[in-house]
Amino acid sequence: MQIKVALPKGRLLGETATLLEEAGWGLSSYHEKMRSYRLKCQRFPDLLARVFHEKDIPIQVAIGNYDLGICGLDWVEELLVKYPSSALIKLKNLGYGEGALYVVASKSEVIPTVEEMQAERSMIRIASEYPNLAESFALNLRLRRFSIFPLWGAAEVYPPESAGLALIPVRTDEELFNCELMPVSNVLNFSAFLIANSSSWERKDLSRILTSVENKLPSMKERRSSVSKVRTQKTASQYPSRGVAEDLIWLALPDGHQQLPTLQLLNKAGIQVDDYPSAAGNRRPTTSLDGVMVKVIRPQDMPLQVANGNFDLAITGRDWLTEHLYRFPSSPVTELLNLKFGKVKIVAVVSKDLPVTDIYSLRQLIAERLAPFRVASEYVNIADKYARDNHLGMYRVIPTWGASEAFVPEDADVLIENIETGRTLARHNLKVIDALFESTACLIGSKDGVFSVRKDKRVKSIIETLRAAVEGI
Amino acid sequence: MRVQRCKGSRDLSPEEMARFRLIEGAFRDCCLKWGYEEVRTPTLEYLHLFTSIGTLTPSMLGKVYSFLDWDGWSGERVVLRPDGTIPVARLYIDSMKEKELAKLFYVANVFIFEETGKETRERWHCGAELIGVSSTIADVELLILALEVLKRLRLENVELRLSHAGLIRALLRQLGLSPEEQTKIFDEILDGDVEALARIKSARPELGKTLTSLLDLKGKSAGFLKNLKVLFNQNLPELEPSLGDFINVVDLLETLGCDYQIDITSGRGFEYYTGVIFQLFVGEEKIGGGGRYDALIPLMGGRDVPASGFALYLDRLMNLVKPETLTGPLTQRILVRAEPGMVKEVFGVANCLRDAGYVAELQLISQKLVDIRWTLDVQSKAPLFILTDQVKRKMFKVQTTAEVLRLLGEKGADKSSFA
Repeated sequence: MQIKVALPKGRLLGETATLLEEAGWGLSSYHEKMRSYRLKCQRFPDLLARVFHEKDIPIQVAIGNYDLGICGLDWVEELLVKYPSSALIKLKNLGYGEGALYVVASKSEVIPTVEEMQAERSMIRIASEYPNLAESFALNLRLRRFSIFPLWGAAEVYPPESAGLALIPVRTDEELFNCELMPVSNVLNFSAFLIANSSSWERKDLSRILTSVENKLPSMKERRSSVSKVRTQKTASQYPSRGVAEDLIWLALPDGHQQLPTLQLLNKAGIQVDDYPSAAGNRRPTTSLDGVMVKVIRPQDMPLQVANGNFDLAITGRDWLTEHLYRFPSSPVTELLNLKFGKVKIVAVVSKDLPVTDIYSLRQLIAERLAPFRVASEYVNIADKYARDNHLGMYRVIPTWGASEAFVPEDADVLIENIETGRTLARHNLKVIDALFESTACLIGSKDGVFSVRKDKRVKSIIETLRAAVEGI
Repeated sequence: MRVQRCKGSRDLSPEEMARFRLIEGAFRDCCLKWGYEEVRTPTLEYLHLFTSIGTLTPSMLGKVYSFLDWDGWSGERVVLRPDGTIPVARLYIDSMKEKELAKLFYVANVFIFEETGKETRERWHCGAELIGVSSTIADVELLILALEVLKRLRLENVELRLSHAGLIRALLRQLGLSPEEQTKIFDEILDGDVEALARIKSARPELGKTLTSLLDLKGKSAGFLKNLKVLFNQNLPELEPSLGDFINVVDLLETLGCDYQIDITSGRGFEYYTGVIFQLFVGEEKIGGGGRYDALIPLMGGRDVPASGFALYLDRLMNLVKPETLTGPLTQRILVRAEPGMVKEVFGVANCLRDAGYVAELQLISQKLVDIRWTLDVQSKAPLFILTDQVKRKMFKVQTTAEVLRLLGEKGADKSSFA
């Protein structure tokens, strides 16, 4: 009987790889630079391992696509707090990857007491990669009125200007301290966990696999104690707090692989940004532009932030703007300027083995089968609209947090994905059956922004400076 | 692809809808006679109406259907209403706050996630709210109104269980707990956890025994409450106002000859109660409940207006009510049939029948005559109408609709109950 195991990318990869190595699994290439997300196991030939973004693992195990999984307890609880009846069992604390989830506020503001937060009549904004746990925190604390900003990352840079509170994972108390943040409440202590699908647990014999891991746990714990504590670089922060300077312009710049082309464009426009991209992970670089404050956040998160007036301008992709507008059609966010770099195509992709060539033959295929049709994407709203508009029948959208191409064919039937060259697709045995739209980087802002004359003038001048730089390319 | 009903949802068949309307009708009728006015609030409300302390307990909040609307980019969530009272309080603050006294009732669906899918997640409540008055008579009026509806429905063995939220709160304050702990234990008690109080490490252990005896009030009488009052007057004078209020209500109920039981652990899921809480049972089935919620309207931003109310659970009543005890036999319908080419005449005569108060239906397919006593055949040649009594197997041949109506009248055909 085949046993499927979901393994984490990212922060837990190193220690998980060590554990499984010692457990004698003999996995083919489970390391940072792996070329395939499907791994073979020498010791257990009937074991199929698949590498996921950590956040996907509890979902994949709960819906029964995988029998076992390893991921942080934080992501398990993020699922369970919203869906307590999920078919998921927490089997074993693996003792590494320890951390805690804290609700934090900025040190530059007065930290509110619980009673003050409960009495607050205006909206309390909480930014987090863990929106379900953040909502549960707010509900349990009995906040009168709150709003959760779900994020793709960088929650620590949001307070105090862009959100009152953030729910963030912290490795040590040091890290919090260095980020100029103060803990308001400890929500959860977590570490890596071995989890199982509850029906697999009841029906399948997983004992050999579990024993192999179990036997190696004590040695992992010993090794851990010698690991020095993680510390992050102290970030510079002499920022004025909210309300001090209403004329300030808040500009969001992207993190990740769009940093260099963004910087090149800014430099071409004669705008200097210091410490961006930052080797030390500084998310508050300074700029030569007068009266402009910069934060570096995820491009995925920018449209929602601009819609809420937390940023006046942001450089993101048209894909993420479209994703936002499909979800919130009346949102005030709009594209101010096409920046023309970072060109990708958003396409619908299926396995090469599927006998379809376009969306019409796909629809035919769907009509003939009984199982619900699965559309995986990082762009859940674009994928949802695509499936709706094309009458894909009884479909389900599976949200993914990266490495989406490995979902097809086992864990999804169609993928809505961005491609630059198509080489990744070929490597994963995938083919394009439809092109949705083309996306480039763009400058976004709010249609509803009511600015002072001075601020309005500054915003317009930035747009014009960038326009000149783009048109000069 | 299989067509499926959503898990946890239910359809109401014509037979069930008949029961539904019967109960709704009895409820509406009683409320109107007591001077209450009907309102209807939207299915969608903002979530924040239900989240602050003093509204719903966290265990109930964990089961609401909340989501972001299409314009919810601010993160402001909306919810399928999980409760009927809070929206009515919102409506009062919104558009009726000038009214000194508002007596309102509603029949509305509420939505609560129920994990097993065995119970329905959409439930119907018949609720009444009395806003603007705080008195023993007001509390008892609602109680009697609720009981009257149940009596109209000919329900037997209805049990009334009473509790008092103010008394529980006053008790918790005496234990020297933080406000958060007080809220937590209040919620636990309301959610039915009798042991909650026993687990607390009290700052005043000497109170332990008295408190337990209070929580153990199940089934006791007004006399017992009065005895307790004497006892508490010496060492717990803070409980006096709530206890006094509770005694007034049960005294009045006794005067009115109304049976009740005292059960402190009532009021599940609703944190907004401040005074008397009551629950209605038939056997082990809870069929309704209510109570006083004086703090809710000011908490939601309205004036300091006292209020109380109740709701009856329509779905549960539907299982208990026997329709045959409430109505006569079903209205006998008249089936109008015609030769081809007589369409205009058929529509005309059927209209005449309906105008006269009968239930007349056109024959669309050749059907068995179930529930149909009369048939009327419309012909192009004389006799133009043949009226047949299918039960007595008698035929009447006539030339005009006036004669048809006269015959129906003479033979005592049923008129529509909607007329």
